[in-house]
Amino acid sequence: MTFDGWFGEYGGRFVPETLVPALDELATAWHEATDDPSFADELDVLGREYAGRPTPLTLAERFLPGKRVYLKREDLLHTGAHKLNNALGQAVLARRLGKARIVAETGAGQHGVAAATVCARFGLECVVYMGEEDMRRQRPNVERMGLLGAEVRPVDFGTRTLKEATSEAIRDWITHVRTTHYLIGSCVGPHPYPTIVRELQAVIGREAREQFLAAEGRLPEAVLACVGGGSNAIGLFAGFVDDSDVRLVGVEAAGAASLASGRPGVLHGARSSLLADADGQIEDAHSISAGLDYPGVGPEHALLRDSGRADYVTATDDEALAAFRRLAETEGIIPALEPSHALARVANLEAEIVLVGLSGRGDKDLDEVLARA
Amino acid sequence: MKTLVVYLMAGAETPALAAAAARGGADIIEIGFPFSDPLADGPVIRRAAERALADGMRTAACLECVAETRKRVDVPIVPMTYASLLEAYGYERFALDAGAAGAASLIVADLPVDSHPEVRRIQLVAPTSTDERVSLAGERTDGWLYLVSLTGTTGARESLSTEAESLVRRARRLTGVPLFLGFGISTPDHAAAAARIADGVVVGSRAVETAAESPEALLEYVASLRGALDAASAG
Repeated sequence: MTFDGWFGEYGGRFVPETLVPALDELATAWHEATDDPSFADELDVLGREYAGRPTPLTLAERFLPGKRVYLKREDLLHTGAHKLNNALGQAVLARRLGKARIVAETGAGQHGVAAATVCARFGLECVVYMGEEDMRRQRPNVERMGLLGAEVRPVDFGTRTLKEATSEAIRDWITHVRTTHYLIGSCVGPHPYPTIVRELQAVIGREAREQFLAAEGRLPEAVLACVGGGSNAIGLFAGFVDDSDVRLVGVEAAGAASLASGRPGVLHGARSSLLADADGQIEDAHSISAGLDYPGVGPEHALLRDSGRADYVTATDDEALAAFRRLAETEGIIPALEPSHALARVANLEAEIVLVGLSGRGDKDLDEVLARA
Repeated sequence: MKTLVVYLMAGAETPALAAAAARGGADIIEIGFPFSDPLADGPVIRRAAERALADGMRTAACLECVAETRKRVDVPIVPMTYASLLEAYGYERFALDAGAAGAASLIVADLPVDSHPEVRRIQLVAPTSTDERVSLAGERTDGWLYLVSLTGTTGARESLSTEAESLVRRARRLTGVPLFLGFGISTPDHAAAAARIADGVVVGSRAVETAAESPEALLEYVASLRGALDAASAG
């Protein structure tokens, strides 16, 4: 192992001792898997034959006339969001580890659905923790998880959202660590999770770069993606991070801006930029989008911010809702509320040729959006 | 003599409760500095932390609580908390100020032994820990080693974990420091069973529940554990 789990001063492992050996085991298994061509081959076949990769790149001509805005269509991936890339990879990893039980957390329910899907596909037991507030606002996904055979356990304390669901998933993992793989849904958590999730989501950026070159004969001026925990952004950015002329822009929910307004702290096993008070107590996030409603962010994003390689901006609930409606009306694409935050920032960006990560589709959000009409 | 460690959450009543626990026979008092997202804790201590935070028990108030408790009891006081508080306060500053308030050492539930070795503290090992990590924790720990008796979070269980005995046996082979068993120990029977193999026990969740009733209830509870430990050591 040459990588120690630190992205500059962010990342690391802040977990109860019980989990440390399991994290070491996971890091070793990951290392072996990435050295084994059959692992990449298996993911490639699953991606093409089960998940629907590669996903298309769509020029959104009517969304913002005057700019050339391309959408990387992870909304068209099986289960309707980019989360499946990570879930498939970690499920294959769990089988290599000999773990037959999966525990996961979910906010919007997209990761929970992805976890339930891969567990059904591979015959693994699946338990998903979800905050009660999120169960209310993402009801269709709760029902999907049930149909897929997963057990959804409501979390009824604290914020009743993703933060508490993640804590409960980790507590479950502590209790069942010998038999269970924790299928974390974003590029957060203790080492090696942020690295594993980035590498499994990097397929988005690899495909998008190639597709963009084929479509435009050049790279985009700017690449935008929404950032909650940051997995679709880190995967999309991975394709362009070495192209120094390409601006990378992460868009956070204004009420959950861990990078734009956070401070260093420790949450869910890693040091990152967080919404926290001066004493290190984690503060509540607020967003219309359950997937962005999280007070932390992946440690690599904190490093990309500090190094200046990526910029992080915010969009409000209302701005996201306007972009949601505009994309539906001008392109016939109903986006999830999460990437609607990224769509909302394209218009005032000083760039004409732009790539936006459309991380998921909006079926799950209809109730929430229509209630605000 | 087996050592009895009693955990209490920091709060306005803590100095009086600590005095009751010490009268009941506690040898060491742990004072929990609440954290909003305590991953190692089960529902009882998590809820106690939520209440303490709602009552304004931030780091400065918790240090004040240690100082006030120090005036009331002679036994060692050990703050137990999470890394986020030390990140915000400064690791070495936290250890220094806790010491100045009268703390004998420190426990940080989510700071593995290989992190921040400059902060001398009581290390935790678990049934899943490798021999190598148990040895390192034994070398680096401050006075005694906290043996997490089960794979799980804090909270009362039906019986002493079957994993406890093999962990104690392994730790004995790998380190010479005193070994105290905690997590899941709540009744005099558990305490007696733990005392037969280890040098001490830590009780948390049930102590916090009993403390919520009254100092008298806590005293009675701690005395029942003390009696069980003394009987176990005599036998």
